[in-house]
Amino acid sequence: MADAQGAQRRQSRIRDMLAGWRAHHGEVARNSFQRLLATPVSSAMTWLVIGIALALPASLYVGLINMQALGEAWDSTARLSLYLKMDVDDARGKALAEALRKDSELVAVQFTDRASALAEFRAISGFGDVLDGLDENPLPALITVEPVAGLSAEHLGQLQQRLSALPEVESAQLDLEWVQRLYALVKLGQRLAITLAALLALGVILVIGNTIRLAIESRRDEIVVIKLVGGTDAFVRRPFLYTGLWYGVGGGLCAWLVVAISLWVMSGPVARLAGLYGSEFSLDGLGLVATLLLWLSGGLLGLAGAWLAVARHLGDIEPK
Amino acid sequence: MAMIRFDSVSKRYPEGHEALSRASFEIDEGQMVFLTGHSGAGKSTLLKLVMLMERPSQGQVFVNGQNLRNIGRLKIPFLRRQIGVVFQNHQLLFDRTVFDNVALPLIISGCPHQEIGRRVRAALDKVGLLDKERNNPITLSGGEQQRVGIARAVVNKPPLLLADEPTGNLDPQLAAEVMGLFQQFNQVGVTVLIASHDIALIKSLSYPIMSLKGGQVTRQPATEAEVPFDG
Ligand SMILES: Nc1ncnc2c1ncn2[C@@H]1O[C@H](COP(=O)(O)OP(=O)(O)O)[C@@H](O)[C@H]1O
Ligand SMILES: [Mg+2]
Repeated sequence: MADAQGAQRRQSRIRDMLAGWRAHHGEVARNSFQRLLATPVSSAMTWLVIGIALALPASLYVGLINMQALGEAWDSTARLSLYLKMDVDDARGKALAEALRKDSELVAVQFTDRASALAEFRAISGFGDVLDGLDENPLPALITVEPVAGLSAEHLGQLQQRLSALPEVESAQLDLEWVQRLYALVKLGQRLAITLAALLALGVILVIGNTIRLAIESRRDEIVVIKLVGGTDAFVRRPFLYTGLWYGVGGGLCAWLVVAISLWVMSGPVARLAGLYGSEFSLDGLGLVATLLLWLSGGLLGLAGAWLAVARHLGDIEPK
Repeated sequence: MAMIRFDSVSKRYPEGHEALSRASFEIDEGQMVFLTGHSGAGKSTLLKLVMLMERPSQGQVFVNGQNLRNIGRLKIPFLRRQIGVVFQNHQLLFDRTVFDNVALPLIISGCPHQEIGRRVRAALDKVGLLDKERNNPITLSGGEQQRVGIARAVVNKPPLLLADEPTGNLDPQLAAEVMGLFQQFNQVGVTVLIASHDIALIKSLSYPIMSLKGGQVTRQPATEAEVPFDG
C-alpha cells in the first residue's frame, strides 16, 4: 500500500520532469526563432545564402528529372530507318515492306521509293539545282519501321541487327542515338549534381557554423552564468542547436522558393518550345518528397553546422 | 558532519604563484563562517576550489559528503546545483527581467513550470524585491542588484551558500542589510561561507572567522561566544 503510493508519487514526479523538459524545449525553440526574427536583415541574408547554396543542386536535380522525362517520352516512339541496297527495285522494296508488316515486333511500316525520297530531299534540302545536275538518283529506297512500344534499348539493338541482316537492306539505323546521348548527359549531370551538392553542403555547414560561433561569442556572459549555476553542456548547447536548425530549415524554404520561381519563369518558354515540336512536354517541379528532403537536409546541415561551432567554442567559455 | 573539508590542499597557478599551500580546515553543516585575508591572499581561489571552477594541485576537497576528486567534468553542474554563489560583481544578465534572472537555476534543474513562479516570488520576497520582478536589473541600484544575485543563489534552496566580497561595492548600511540576509538563510539551516576583507563589518558580527595568510588557513573562534566555532 505505502509502496504503491510511493511508486505513484515517483511516477508523477517523473511525469512532471518530462513535462518540464518538453516545455523547456518548446520554449528554447521559440526563443531561438524569436532571436532570429529580432535581427531580420542579417537572418534573411543567412537564409538567402543557404537557400541559394541548396537551390543550385536542387535545380540541377529538377533539370535532370526533366531531361529524363524528355528521353522517356521519345523512347516510346523509337524508329528504325532501313536503307535498301541500290539494286533493289521498288517492287522488291514494296514486297519487303509487306513482309515486314506481318512482323510481330513492328507496329508501323512505311515504304518510300527512290523517286519520293529524292522529291522529299529536294523539298527540304534546297539542293534542287545540284540534284538536277546528276544523271542518276543517288538516294536509296527507304523503309521506316516503328517497333512495338516499350522495348528495352538492348532489345532495340537486337531488332536493328536482325533487320540489317536482311538481304535487301544496306543498313538499319536506329534513330535513338540522341536519346542515348541524352542519357549519358543525364548520368554526367547526376555526378555533377552529387559533387556540387556535397561541396555546397560543406559550404552551408561552414556558413552556419560561423554564424553560430558569432552567436556564442555574443552570449558569452549568459553562458558563464549558466555554467556557474549548474547548467549542463546539453543545456548550454540547446539554444545554439535550435538556432542552427532554424537557419537550416529557413534556408531550405528559401531554396524551395528559388527553385519554384525559376521553374515558373522557365515554364512559358519551355511550353512554347514544346509547342514548336508538337509535344505535350511540360516541366516537372520538385515534388513533395524532394521538397521535404530539401527541408530535411537544410535542417540537418543547420544542426551539423551548429554542432561543429558548439563543439569547438563552448568548451572555451568557463567561469573564471 | 562537515559541509566543507579541505585536506592539505595546495593550489599553484600555472604562472607559479602558490595561492594555497597545504591548507586544512572544516566547516560544519549549518555554520556561518567568514573568510578574511588581504587582497591576493587566496580567498577567491578557495571558493573556486569548492565550486570546481579550479582544481587543487594537491590535497583533497570534500563538499557535502562528496570527494571532489571523484567529480568529473560532466558531473560538475550537479555539484554546482547544491551550491548558491553570490559575487561582488553579481553576474546578472541584463537582457532579461529580474524574474528571469532568478528563475535561471530552476529552469536549468528542470523544475516544473508552475513551481518556478512560486519559488522565484518566494526568493524575491525574502530579499524584499517582489515589486521589481518585471524590471530589468540594469534599472536597479547596486544594493538591489546584489539582492537579486542573492535571490538567484538561494532560489534552488541549496544547502551551501558561498559569497565572494558580497558587500564590496556597497555602503555600510546596505552592506549590513545584505549580511542580515545571509544570517536569515543561516538560521534556516543553510551553511554560509563569506569571503570578505571588510574587517570592521566582520568584527561587528559574532561569527567564526578563518583567515588566510601565506596560503594557510588559521581559525579564530567567534568574536562573541554566541556561535561557537568547533573544529
Ligand atoms: N587564474 C589565475 N591565474 C594565475 N594566478 C591567479 C589566478 N587567480 C588568482 N591568481 C593569483 O593567486 C593569488 C590569490 O588570488 P585570489 O584567490 O584572487 O585572492 P583574493 O581573492 O584573496 O584576493 C593572487 O596572487 C593571484 O594573483
Ligand atoms: Mg578575491
